[in-house]
Amino acid sequence: MSATAAIAGVHGESLVNYKLIKSHLFAGALFLTVSMVAGYLYSLQFLGFYPLQDSWTHSPGHFRLLHTNMVAYGWLVNGFTAMLYYVVPRLTGKKVLSDKLGVLIFWAWQLIMVLAIGGYMTDKAQAIEWGETPTGFRPGTFELNYVPVDALVVVGAVLVILQFMTPLFQAREQRFYVTLWYITAGLVWLALTYLMGNIMPEWMLPGAAGAAVTGLFIHDLVGLYVTPMGWGMMYFFVPLILRKPIWSHSLSVIGFWALAFFYPLGGVHHFLISPIPDYVEFGAITTTIAIEVVVTTVVVNFFMTLRGKWSALRSSMAIRWFYVGAVFYFITCFQCAFQVTWMFQKVIHFTDWVVGHAHLIMFGVFTFWLFGVIEWLWPRVCRRNWYSQSLRGWHFWLWSVGVLIMFFDLMIAGLVHGFMQRDLNDWSDILRTAEPFWWVRTFSGAMILAGLFCVIYNMYMTAKAGEAYEEEKHLIPLNAD
Amino acid sequence: MERFSTLVFVAGIGCFAIAFLLSMIFPWMSLYGYHGMDYQTLEQLAEKPSREFVELSQKFPESFREHYGEVSQASYAEALQRGRDVYVGQACWHCHSQYVRVVSNEHVRWGAPSSAQEYQNALNQPHLWGTRRVGPDLARTGGKKSNDWHIAHFINPKSVVPHSVMPPYPFYFDEKGVPGKDGIALITYLQWLGTVQAGIPVADRITP
Repeated sequence: MSATAAIAGVHGESLVNYKLIKSHLFAGALFLTVSMVAGYLYSLQFLGFYPLQDSWTHSPGHFRLLHTNMVAYGWLVNGFTAMLYYVVPRLTGKKVLSDKLGVLIFWAWQLIMVLAIGGYMTDKAQAIEWGETPTGFRPGTFELNYVPVDALVVVGAVLVILQFMTPLFQAREQRFYVTLWYITAGLVWLALTYLMGNIMPEWMLPGAAGAAVTGLFIHDLVGLYVTPMGWGMMYFFVPLILRKPIWSHSLSVIGFWALAFFYPLGGVHHFLISPIPDYVEFGAITTTIAIEVVVTTVVVNFFMTLRGKWSALRSSMAIRWFYVGAVFYFITCFQCAFQVTWMFQKVIHFTDWVVGHAHLIMFGVFTFWLFGVIEWLWPRVCRRNWYSQSLRGWHFWLWSVGVLIMFFDLMIAGLVHGFMQRDLNDWSDILRTAEPFWWVRTFSGAMILAGLFCVIYNMYMTAKAGEAYEEEKHLIPLNAD
Repeated sequence: MERFSTLVFVAGIGCFAIAFLLSMIFPWMSLYGYHGMDYQTLEQLAEKPSREFVELSQKFPESFREHYGEVSQASYAEALQRGRDVYVGQACWHCHSQYVRVVSNEHVRWGAPSSAQEYQNALNQPHLWGTRRVGPDLARTGGKKSNDWHIAHFINPKSVVPHSVMPPYPFYFDEKGVPGKDGIALITYLQWLGTVQAGIPVADRITP
């Protein structure tokens, strides 16, 4: 049986636990809301309109921690776990380890998120960027001062790995479809990355050597968890929804192995022109540029798959999210290849350029792709058609235009800031110049928030009051174009 | 190539290990193996309490005695560590970087470029380099501004820097501006930053 036939096979249906998918998607959307509201509040501080002044628990810095960490652990982890519950049983032909374990993982993970939020709000964050989940220990000692959230995350991750590695292991005699390569390796990488990033700099490596590891951690979390899950997801859902096989199997082989080899080598590029030895920096720069080649193979593969089915961009919302995300993906990675050089770093490091870059990749790409999946999966999970067609459109356009405005605004702001800093302008002048850019950023944030409310409301109403589900309405014709 | 074990062991563990070797083991070896840099514990850093710490004890004797007792190596160490904890907890390091590069005229603006040695101590574990500069870099801030400036700035940043976007932190001070335990700690920590600069290994300096 070919890979595509396995994907399309309806007999996979009985292996999938839709209840868990629904719970994870809903919890993910909830934490995405928390994250976005936090980010919006934080942006108001830059304009002088921060509403929760004069409280040590609600200070803007805490909302920044909430914003970045909830996107990673609250939203993306929940979203990708939901995706795994759908994809892994269908591709392996085996059930996940246990449905009861699934319920445990679900509640444990949401509890961990709530504990993490409590930690950020009470000054317990760990000094690891994007891994601020509290260690629970007073820094430098082994005295407990909070719940050891880090350890709980590790337990949670181990349970997730057990849950999905079991069917993968049972299917080990089969030839794996590319999606499963990404998922198998991604699950191993998730555990290794989290352990490395949260243990080594905190307990073993001070200063510059620790910085090299935290750089690697930030990078690996994107490159070895989010990216493999995202690409794996795309390799599954794009052929499934388009109802045709992926264009080139060989290109997907190259893409996978090049990602596995080159991606983790680029970690140190988060701290360039720093006390980390130069040869390590040069290695990171070279491999980061090499990643651009990898990305191109993947993007080409997806666009060649779409050839002959262009009308799907109009008829399928999911495809539309996927391919707009793929265009953004190419833009971000293209930007990567330049901004990683010292020539660019001199100017753009420490500025809003990087913030814009991060938003385009985490929001414009992976969040878009996950919402493409939600577009397709939510009616099937709820057995109801989407409640409102126009809200789906509003959601798409508010987010696409919003993130583009934010990206270009922050990119220009970063250049202005960088050059003013180099030219020794007074710091107050730099802030004054940045102000209009920050207004535009907050405005684009409002667009994104509005889009979010559209989709949350639509998801809720679909689950509550959508019309009965009709499969035909959700399939694009086999012989389109 | 497309089997479970290849994916787990070669891609999963193997590729991760190569990256780990290159981005962790190698820098660690060349930084600490080659230069033999010494690690300074908190007690060593706190050996000689700073001028600013002493001044805080004289200016706010009641608050100081209540929270830290006398000026000593132990009380200085306690204030430094607590200051760092607040700095981390309030996410200060997400808007203030702590390293000076040799490019973009940063040595002119902030002071001597950062070297690996100065981060080899307990108060840089983990390091607080940061990745964004909304506010100025703080790697060389110790001693540049007076304690009074810091107090005024924390209570209302706009009172001393008109266009500042920094949030106010009045809750670390009482209504007369007397710093509490966290206020003293934060100022002590800030006044310490950049004061460790001994034995910079020349090989680690980068030419612009």
